[in-house]
Amino acid sequence: MSKKMQITLTVNGEAHDILAEPRELLIYVLRERLNITGPHVGCETSHCGACTVTLNGKSVKSCTMFAAQADGAEITTIEGLGSPDSRHALQEAFKEHHGLQCGFCTPGMITRAAKLLEENPNPTEEDVRFGMAGNLCRCTGYQNIVKSVLAAASDINTAKEAAQ
Amino acid sequence: MIPAAFEYHRPGDLPSALALLREHGDDARVIAGGHSLIPMMKLRMAEVPHLIDLQAIKALRGITIDGTRVTLGAMVTQHEVIDSDALMSLAPILGEAALQIADPQVRYMGTIGGNVANGDPGNDMPGLMQCLDATFHLEGPEGTRSVLARAFYDSAYMTARSDDEILTAISFEAPKGGFAYEKQKRKIGDYATAAAAVMLTREGDTCAAASIAMTNLSDVPVWSAAAGAALVGTDVGAEAVSAAVDAALADIDPTEDNRGPVAFKRHVAAIIIARAITRAWGRA
Amino acid sequence: MNDLTPDREDRVAKLKGLGCSRKRVEDARFTQGKGNYVDDIKLPGMLHGDFVRSPYAHARVVSIDASAALALDGVVAVLTAKDLEPLGLHWMPTLAGDKQMVLADGKVLFQGQEVAYVVARDRYVAADAVELVEVEYEELEVIVDPFKALQSDVVLREDIAGETSGAHGERRHPNHIFLWEEGDKSATEQVIDSADVVAEEMIYYHRTHPCPLETCGCVASMDKVNGKLTLYGTFQAPHVVRTVASLLSGIEEHNIRVVSPDIGGGFGNKVGVYPGYVCSIVASIVTGKPVKWVEDRMENLMATAFARDYWMKGRISATKDGKITALEAKVTADHGAFDACADPTKFPAGFFHICTGSYDIPVAYVGVDGVYTNKAPGGVAYRCSFRVTEAAYFIERMIELLAIELGMDAAELRRINFIREDQFPYQSALGWEYDSGDYHTAWDKALAAVDYDGLRAEQATRLEAFKRGETRKLMGIGLSFFTEIVGAGPVKNCDILGMGMFDSCEIRIHPTGSAIARLGTISQGQGHATTFAQILASEIGIPADSITIEEGDTDTAPYGLGTYGSRSTPVAGAATALAGRKIRAKAQMIAAYLLEVHDNDVEFDVDRFVVKGAPERFKTMAEIAYAAYNQAIPGVEPGLEAVSYYDPPNMTYPFGAYICVMDVDVDTGEVHIRQVYALDDCGTRINPMVIEGQVHGGLTEAYAIAMAQEIAYDDMGNCKTATLMDFFWPTAWETPHYTTDHTETPSPHHPIGAKGVGESPNVGGVPAFSNAVHDALRPLGLRQLHMPHDHWRIWKAANDLGLHG
Repeated sequence: MSKKMQITLTVNGEAHDILAEPRELLIYVLRERLNITGPHVGCETSHCGACTVTLNGKSVKSCTMFAAQADGAEITTIEGLGSPDSRHALQEAFKEHHGLQCGFCTPGMITRAAKLLEENPNPTEEDVRFGMAGNLCRCTGYQNIVKSVLAAASDINTAKEAAQ
Repeated sequence: MIPAAFEYHRPGDLPSALALLREHGDDARVIAGGHSLIPMMKLRMAEVPHLIDLQAIKALRGITIDGTRVTLGAMVTQHEVIDSDALMSLAPILGEAALQIADPQVRYMGTIGGNVANGDPGNDMPGLMQCLDATFHLEGPEGTRSVLARAFYDSAYMTARSDDEILTAISFEAPKGGFAYEKQKRKIGDYATAAAAVMLTREGDTCAAASIAMTNLSDVPVWSAAAGAALVGTDVGAEAVSAAVDAALADIDPTEDNRGPVAFKRHVAAIIIARAITRAWGRA
Repeated sequence: MNDLTPDREDRVAKLKGLGCSRKRVEDARFTQGKGNYVDDIKLPGMLHGDFVRSPYAHARVVSIDASAALALDGVVAVLTAKDLEPLGLHWMPTLAGDKQMVLADGKVLFQGQEVAYVVARDRYVAADAVELVEVEYEELEVIVDPFKALQSDVVLREDIAGETSGAHGERRHPNHIFLWEEGDKSATEQVIDSADVVAEEMIYYHRTHPCPLETCGCVASMDKVNGKLTLYGTFQAPHVVRTVASLLSGIEEHNIRVVSPDIGGGFGNKVGVYPGYVCSIVASIVTGKPVKWVEDRMENLMATAFARDYWMKGRISATKDGKITALEAKVTADHGAFDACADPTKFPAGFFHICTGSYDIPVAYVGVDGVYTNKAPGGVAYRCSFRVTEAAYFIERMIELLAIELGMDAAELRRINFIREDQFPYQSALGWEYDSGDYHTAWDKALAAVDYDGLRAEQATRLEAFKRGETRKLMGIGLSFFTEIVGAGPVKNCDILGMGMFDSCEIRIHPTGSAIARLGTISQGQGHATTFAQILASEIGIPADSITIEEGDTDTAPYGLGTYGSRSTPVAGAATALAGRKIRAKAQMIAAYLLEVHDNDVEFDVDRFVVKGAPERFKTMAEIAYAAYNQAIPGVEPGLEAVSYYDPPNMTYPFGAYICVMDVDVDTGEVHIRQVYALDDCGTRINPMVIEGQVHGGLTEAYAIAMAQEIAYDDMGNCKTATLMDFFWPTAWETPHYTTDHTETPSPHHPIGAKGVGESPNVGGVPAFSNAVHDALRPLGLRQLHMPHDHWRIWKAANDLGLHG
């Protein structure tokens, strides 16, 4: 065991000071030290994306980052998208279009999709398939995930237009 | 998959990073995006008592374009490459290759410097940099020096960079003419079964210059001078392409792995190279 | 009735019952990161377990030195077989009648086998300690080929070396497990040997893995004060786990509570009992603290249950005009180091003898030899009923091969051999009674939907262009018509460790007209909380939105055999309907009392009982529920509850027609899938949205398996595919787009006519994808190409056919 270090993370708008070993992976710190259990561990080799969070504006696989590297970062997890009273358009769309089954990939999937739509508010089906290729799902065959993301894009755009 | 313990360092400038490297010698490794190193550490195949994180060093960041000279800081990510309109218009082959690397999340973290410095024969940027005839800039205790991409790779994971040096930047002349980065892989996230970078210029109906490099077809990236030469002065017709392919195949030495046996890889390499040449010629 | 009474259609719609695409109730928590999976469980003082695993596939364990590990700060214990032996837990029984080492007892038999179990304060310390346990091995000769295993002098299982019979009869070699036979061997041989036309081929269905996104894991918590053991885990069959845990540990079953929380996909991987569970229980008993064990991905792929690995030697015969006369299958089944298949006890080769498929074949024989090798144990039903996907692949390949022999179109060959609608219930030559089907209708619909004749014409044009050197891409049309056998099963012949394969449902109607129902199954993504409420809504007239479905807690749920083999809907779904009918029967008495008429004078109408001939006189189910709790009704007990244990009279036989169209690049081995059409007939459709989702998912697993996904070993028994870099799991980018379709032929023996669907797309999908590859290269001479059809193997097939000049 190496000596622990002080790490500051702002997760879903809340600042946390954590004492952790440098080798602790970000996913471990989120899940074990902060009890933020939405992001999951799936493959551990950065292929599956179940651990995806948004870190300083980037979609990141938190199983392939040491918490020490994230020191000072702003992080958004699935828990920071929407609230029970006001769900994110993607959360609604995944339910509406059956974009999930066992739910294990879903937090990473939605977190990634949120970033994708931020960068590309009008994606084509191909854009979604390519932009979501860092997230694996074993249950759905992706077709309804793609449908959900496209529907959410349209919902978000409609809401934006209505607001203007 | 849990890594062994290590000390973490986040130097704020290059001299501090170099000092740490000097201090800890073989016990230290620098980390950029970490997507090669961290999985190795988690599998305990890489032991790194001192991890030196380069993220806070501003000097390693940024894309600089000075006329036709492009300089990429080592910490420029694949995502930044794709996201840079200036770079995409000046050297679109970079974006074409970057988009074929891993997946979106990995591209946000994965850096150009890490990709070329690591020496993994599966990485795509080394071959591309050889195709571009890029220069790698290193900084170490003796000061700075430059090494051509084409002279950088000795064998798998063994490069011209010494352990106390840091690769700080990559520079190259903006390519002219047609280009293509062609890659066959099993799925997104995989390394190449075979990949080829091709750049060509055209004068009338004739090929004026050609550069061809390949990825994951030897224990190092392979720039094939003979393959390029086989195209120059030709109309890049079937015969010339075939000669270039033969020349390229003479320069590679693929090994069998889960992607397939050697004969298959050589066959696919031939197809991929020919496709890349044809596509590049179409854009020239 | 007055103006305020909604009309019947509105009342039906409000129930969200059978046949409606009700949105899933599970999704609110999953989309907000509030799922509760086993790794989310944290108990006070919880310790963490981790395994020392063998780097060798076959070796003697000379010594284990844990002293350095034990000296590490935070390490609580290191368990080895020696520690478990006094408890009799160094070996455990498998579901297949064999036994399996919990921790290496003298030797290791596959790479990744559990050798020692480290218990520590946290996962990081445990991982460090694993590195510090020193194990000395003496390498032994490795056998990874099941055919060689049966010839070799190397004895893998020394513990049973001298035993000439096992759980399933005679063992003819130390590495032989069983020979299991069905059908008439001599009659089959006689017909085939004298037939007009015979196709003969070895068909290999390679070893692969269910690989759910969530790996296997558990938390064992022994409360020494109360003598109660609670075991949370990724269990597809929690009640069976409780019984096994009791039998193994000696703790009385009432003192064990097994809980399956949310499960991140199972696909068969989470049916069996693994050493991790046993060691965690022991560790919790020893330490008095909760112990968590969650395997990592490499451990999952290397050590927990694989699937398939069947070498199927087939012969099929026909008359000159294509009428099939006999089928023979001689299978060599590679079970790995221990026979840890998760099949019903009496079926060591599962239901492989459904391999006559959808065809009327007069005589058939199946013989399956189970064999030990130095590979991981398992042989589970990965998204299929027991060995049914092997069977479907086998027959659908044999049909294609027979078509080649006959020079006949394979679609037509299927058509003329289908079991006809008027033959149901149909007795197969291998002993099954197919419940219902209308294959011709489904087939014609499928062929028309894809414009089969047009595709064949296009394929012929493409072939000509290929021959002229204008293209390097061939077109393949992959046909598949499958019949599944699911819903195990009748207690008279289906059991697991002696437990009959019934299932159960218990319903409680609350006074205000809402309800909770508990089942013996457990969802792993199938959406039981949504669909079982729909079954119940239609049966008892209470809106699905007012019904909670609960599964997975053995202290509260009625005993059931769990969820795998598409058995939830056929068995637990039936129990749900029948328990609902018991509720309705009692409700009828209450309604009659309240309406002051005879029981027989009221009838059920959507959500109420009405007086026959006087629909304005009624009592809603909500009113009846309230009355059940607040009125003294003569001759009727208070309350409104029911329980049903359903022993199915037969299996159900879903079927379907799948067609895949692809382009195959003969130079790179890459394929481009142009179209996948899937027609499923799963009987009564409970929730079309959920069915479609199941079909998409199953097709994707089928696509992966057929095209590239495998568990591969080198000659030294090293697993070459232990991470998601090499174990092919397609992304959204590679995965094709699917078109789904259906016909609806209800099961005559199921209370609501439903047959189950979760696994059909895997069973039918694999032959569709594989046949498409074969079909592309068939005109150039290809007969049989073993899966997976990854780039280099397709390239090699093309190369062998001389297509590379």
